[in-house]
Amino acid sequence: MSALTTLDVRAVEPVATAGGVYAWTFLLIAFPALGALVLLLGGRRTDRIGHVVGTLASLASFVVAALLFVDMLGRAAEDRAVNQPLFDWLPAAGLQVSVGLLLDPLSMAFVLLITGVGTLIHVYSIGYMQHDPRRRRFFGYLNLFVAAMLLLVLADDYLVLYVGWEGVGLASYLLIGFWQHKNSAAVAAKKAFVVNRVGDMGMTLAVMAMFAVFGTTAFSGVLGGADQVSEGWLTVIGLLLLLAACGKSAQFPLQSWLLDAMEGPTPVSALIHAATMVTAGVYLIVRSGAIYAGAPLAQTAVVVVGTITLVMGAIIGCAKDDIKRVLAGSTMSQIGYMVLAAGLGPAGYAFAIFHLLTHGFFKANLFLGAGSVMHAMDDEVDMRRYGGLRRYLPLTFLTFAAGYLAIIGVPPFAGFWSKDRIIEAAFADNLLVGTCALLGAGITAFYMTRLMLMTWFSERRWKPDVHAHESPLVMTLPLLALGLLSLVGGAAMLWTAGGIVEWLEPVVGEEEHALPFPVWVLTAATLVVIVAGVALAWMRYGREQVARTAPTRVSFATTAARRDLYGDAVNEVALMRPGQRLTGSLVYADSRGLDRAVNGVAALMGGSSGLLRRVQTGFVRSYALSMLGGTVLVVVALLSVRLS
Amino acid sequence: MTALTRQVTEIQSPTIEYGLLAPMLVVFGAAVLGVLVEAFLPRRVRYPVQVVLSLGALAVALGMVVTLADRVEVAAEGSVAIDGPTLFIQGTVLALSLLSVLLFAERRVDPGGDAFASAASSLPGSEDERTLTAQRVQQTEVYPLVMFSIGGMLLFPASNDLLTMFVALEVLSFPLYLLCGMARRRRLLSQEAAVKYFLLGSFSSAFFIYGVALLYGYAGSVRLSDIDRAVSEQVGSEGLLLAGVALLTVGLLFKIAAVPFHAWTPDVYQGAPTPVTGFMAACTKIAAFGALLRVLYVGLGGLRLDWQPLLWAIAILTMVVGAVVALTQSDVKRMLAYSSIAHAGFVLTGMVVVEPAGISSVLFYLAAYGFATVGAFAVVSLVRDAGGEATHLSRWAGLAKRSPLVAGVFTLFLLAFAGIPLTSGFVGKLVVFLAAWQGGAWPLVLVAVLASAVAAFFYVRVIVLMYFSEPAPEGPTVAVPSPLTAAAIGLGALVTVGLGVAPAPLLTLAEQAAVFVR
Amino acid sequence: MQAYVPIIALAALAAGFAVFSIVAGALSGPKRYNRAKLESYECGIEPTPQAVGGGRFPVKYYLTAMLFIIFDIEIIFLYPWAVRFDSLGVFGLVEMVLFILTVFVAYAYVWRRGGLEWD
Repeated sequence: MSALTTLDVRAVEPVATAGGVYAWTFLLIAFPALGALVLLLGGRRTDRIGHVVGTLASLASFVVAALLFVDMLGRAAEDRAVNQPLFDWLPAAGLQVSVGLLLDPLSMAFVLLITGVGTLIHVYSIGYMQHDPRRRRFFGYLNLFVAAMLLLVLADDYLVLYVGWEGVGLASYLLIGFWQHKNSAAVAAKKAFVVNRVGDMGMTLAVMAMFAVFGTTAFSGVLGGADQVSEGWLTVIGLLLLLAACGKSAQFPLQSWLLDAMEGPTPVSALIHAATMVTAGVYLIVRSGAIYAGAPLAQTAVVVVGTITLVMGAIIGCAKDDIKRVLAGSTMSQIGYMVLAAGLGPAGYAFAIFHLLTHGFFKANLFLGAGSVMHAMDDEVDMRRYGGLRRYLPLTFLTFAAGYLAIIGVPPFAGFWSKDRIIEAAFADNLLVGTCALLGAGITAFYMTRLMLMTWFSERRWKPDVHAHESPLVMTLPLLALGLLSLVGGAAMLWTAGGIVEWLEPVVGEEEHALPFPVWVLTAATLVVIVAGVALAWMRYGREQVARTAPTRVSFATTAARRDLYGDAVNEVALMRPGQRLTGSLVYADSRGLDRAVNGVAALMGGSSGLLRRVQTGFVRSYALSMLGGTVLVVVALLSVRLS
Repeated sequence: MTALTRQVTEIQSPTIEYGLLAPMLVVFGAAVLGVLVEAFLPRRVRYPVQVVLSLGALAVALGMVVTLADRVEVAAEGSVAIDGPTLFIQGTVLALSLLSVLLFAERRVDPGGDAFASAASSLPGSEDERTLTAQRVQQTEVYPLVMFSIGGMLLFPASNDLLTMFVALEVLSFPLYLLCGMARRRRLLSQEAAVKYFLLGSFSSAFFIYGVALLYGYAGSVRLSDIDRAVSEQVGSEGLLLAGVALLTVGLLFKIAAVPFHAWTPDVYQGAPTPVTGFMAACTKIAAFGALLRVLYVGLGGLRLDWQPLLWAIAILTMVVGAVVALTQSDVKRMLAYSSIAHAGFVLTGMVVVEPAGISSVLFYLAAYGFATVGAFAVVSLVRDAGGEATHLSRWAGLAKRSPLVAGVFTLFLLAFAGIPLTSGFVGKLVVFLAAWQGGAWPLVLVAVLASAVAAFFYVRVIVLMYFSEPAPEGPTVAVPSPLTAAAIGLGALVTVGLGVAPAPLLTLAEQAAVFVR
Repeated sequence: MQAYVPIIALAALAAGFAVFSIVAGALSGPKRYNRAKLESYECGIEPTPQAVGGGRFPVKYYLTAMLFIIFDIEIIFLYPWAVRFDSLGVFGLVEMVLFILTVFVAYAYVWRRGGLEWD
């Protein structure tokens, strides 16, 4: 316990061993793990207290996190990384893996996000899952997820991280398929699993390669020794880590599972498939900064993947009518931004994490809001069956609007601060990438406005027997909290306590980027693009429907009538049709091409399996013949190796 | 003639180190006693006496192996080697045999009694059989049989010369051939399995003994150390040596079910009574790997440049065929059979590297795999319908709803097979792959990782089936086992989790054990 | 090679005689077949009819035969021991007693389980 471990990120900096309040670090994981244990093994006895136990476990973890955070704030920047060794896991041949926790500013940020947003979502789920007979199990899985996710971000060794990595995958898988009576849910769970396995294979190979090159898998050894390793190896490891990140974070080309993952209960979508788990890939890349620093090729690959995904996700978001799938496409796109930033190196790491945190707030907010709507609408997810809901769910609407303004990046909402920084950094790096990021912001504004209009404004298109009602307090309170965070979270993180960039600097480093033009120009341009996106959406979805159902606005609509007509035509010809066609083909490519690739591999395996199976005739004589054949081969092989 | 006479007069009475051989002697002694029990005790008391005798002997033998730890000696005039790998494998086999005998003794799951036919000689479907079943006649001959087999398994990896090894091979195999044909349910399938196993097993034994003969022709001795010396001094004809090595290896690869000598595995695993299948899948494979390790490392270490490429090819074939064919299996026992083939491939991956790290990783993997295997087959024996065990996978749909506990435990074992972290299987795969990678066999590791990804798929398919499918209306019931099976499953699960969370002690032990005596 | 010439000569002679006898008999002997001559064993014993459809047949005789072979062959081990009894001493005695005891266990088992009863 007293061994002084060293963590080298970019420079050699001694890391303090856990003492004082830091001795509690392990409690962060212990609470939810214990909760999961009690709930999953306790059986029906714990049915009645399940939701309370689950929520308290998550809350306790958050309290510990807050205490640790306060203490960390009081420390000097270079003393903030603390290592808590727990036990020796693997003393294998030459491979020493000791399980230890590393709490530094980067993991602290994640811990606060996971436990904070996690607790809010636990509270929300009490109401959302109230009528589900398996609520206790649901909370057990949620706690399991929180524990695994905390292990992932607190690990001080890639192998331990891998344990958390698989753990969150398992929890995600269990929760996507939670409503197993729906065939689609079971299929989605399976798809998520299969696609994730591809990513996990990257992770396995990366760990193997690290071990081969560095002789260890501990962060200190790998990241500290990265500058002494050839660029080729770093590139290989970097690309493998990227593959892992793509799987977990639904990045191109492994993004297809995330849309289907929406089959899970909505709180799950909010916690796992928006706020936390899917951002693990970003964490992995940022944490492995030292590797990417020596592998420019891998770094470029990260940028490319991020850019493609951010545009693709946004376009997919435009085409969906299912409210959760729009949000899922948007999640892909937003994580694309983070990955893009993470690919920019120290210039972008802090911004990637910054956007990750703000996205955690507003996307969880939006998902929970969507859940509240579904709760009110008898689990309807088709936005074409919504409309005019703002009067029936005023609280939800308010918080949803905060999330909406945050995601499209309206100042001073949270998303503005973080997305703007990423677009800046992208332009500083490459004009094309910057343009894509800017364009993405516009499309984001478009599809989010469309979602807003179709859900909250426009006329009622409800199914006949629906009686919309506001959700209970236990659901709206978390919404209010998240709405508030969507409003002020970004600015708060940027301007208090030295700011997020300064906070992360000891871990990820900092690098000034040189913009080819003044910052205000870019900010203005971004805002213009956003406004354009909003306007476009309004013209397409707001105007027509408003004209039909909301006579109070007719005057406003008539003043713009001519221009609207013209705009409509332009929209139709220049934007909508190609856009829709592009969207359509992308969706097609997504659901057919990639699915087919996945299915193709499966079919190939199944086919060859069937073929090989036929060899198994059941006749002893053919078995004996195959043995004889094998023996002849073995003899010939041995003799020919030597005698040739 | 004079030379012959002189040799004869010089015969000395050999010395036998009884202390070192004690574990094997205890097991064989218990087996012989078991035969006497069958002969002289009344039917009523045979069952408790046999169970207590077998379990007691196994426990005593295990204790003796523990006290022998750290001994590195050659015993019985050089025919038996007591060293780290021997003792590690003997300990593992004994521990797993204990669990298996617990399963053999289970009498509460099947309405007819235990898993074995009332009289193996009665004609399936005959009046004879019906009467015996109605009278609830139970036979107890399986206990001495299994004890003989265990004794052979203890000697197999310890054999320091090829003749002893051959004798051990036959001693472990013959009782197994019989045990395979003794299932209470689906007797024709069981008898077919026994005949197949017997025919192919004798075929492989023939290869083995042929290889021994050729090696004797080359080296003038069957002792492994002498063969090693002959190889390094390069006496005699290379053709003889290589052909001998090939045939000998084939005999051993048959026992570990490596492709292309695996064809018997699915049929035999499916047909044999489930406790026997679990015992075979775990213990036979472990003992055979021990023997293969000793032959390749001690006797043929100097030839590794010749057999390494061969083992590479066989490892790749074994992993790929095992994992791929398992995908389309619809019977849970056959699926586990192919899975065991794939696992043999993974273990071979670790053996390719002739280094202590390779040995220790293989030893650890075998132990981890063995406990999960016995546990998994024990679970299979619990899921039943009117016709006995419901082994068709479609019958397992929605099992989690009927019996969350059993489904959960089975999931644990499957996850261990798939190599998910925090289970023993993960640590096992990790150390094996790492050892292979370090030894320069990275293409093999690549294939292994791919194969385990494929393998993960069919394990998960079963989990999906158990958790996410609607149970069939007239699905199987999960029998409530006696404490015997419950203990076996519990211990298997405990070790599987324990080795995943805290593998350090066993890994250290395996590392210390990774030295052969020569 | 010289040492083998007589052996080869003998073998050739034997083979020649066998071929000569068969060929000569076939060529010179009269061929008058009757039912008894066409029986499997031309010795007056009626062969037992085979079970219909290749069914099961009693294995009593095989059992006895196999038991005989087992005990018969194991006794062979006693010969070398008897020849070198002096030099093997007490060790040999003890081991041989153990060996015979083990064989007796098998014998006892066979006897108690009815392996020696014909019916």
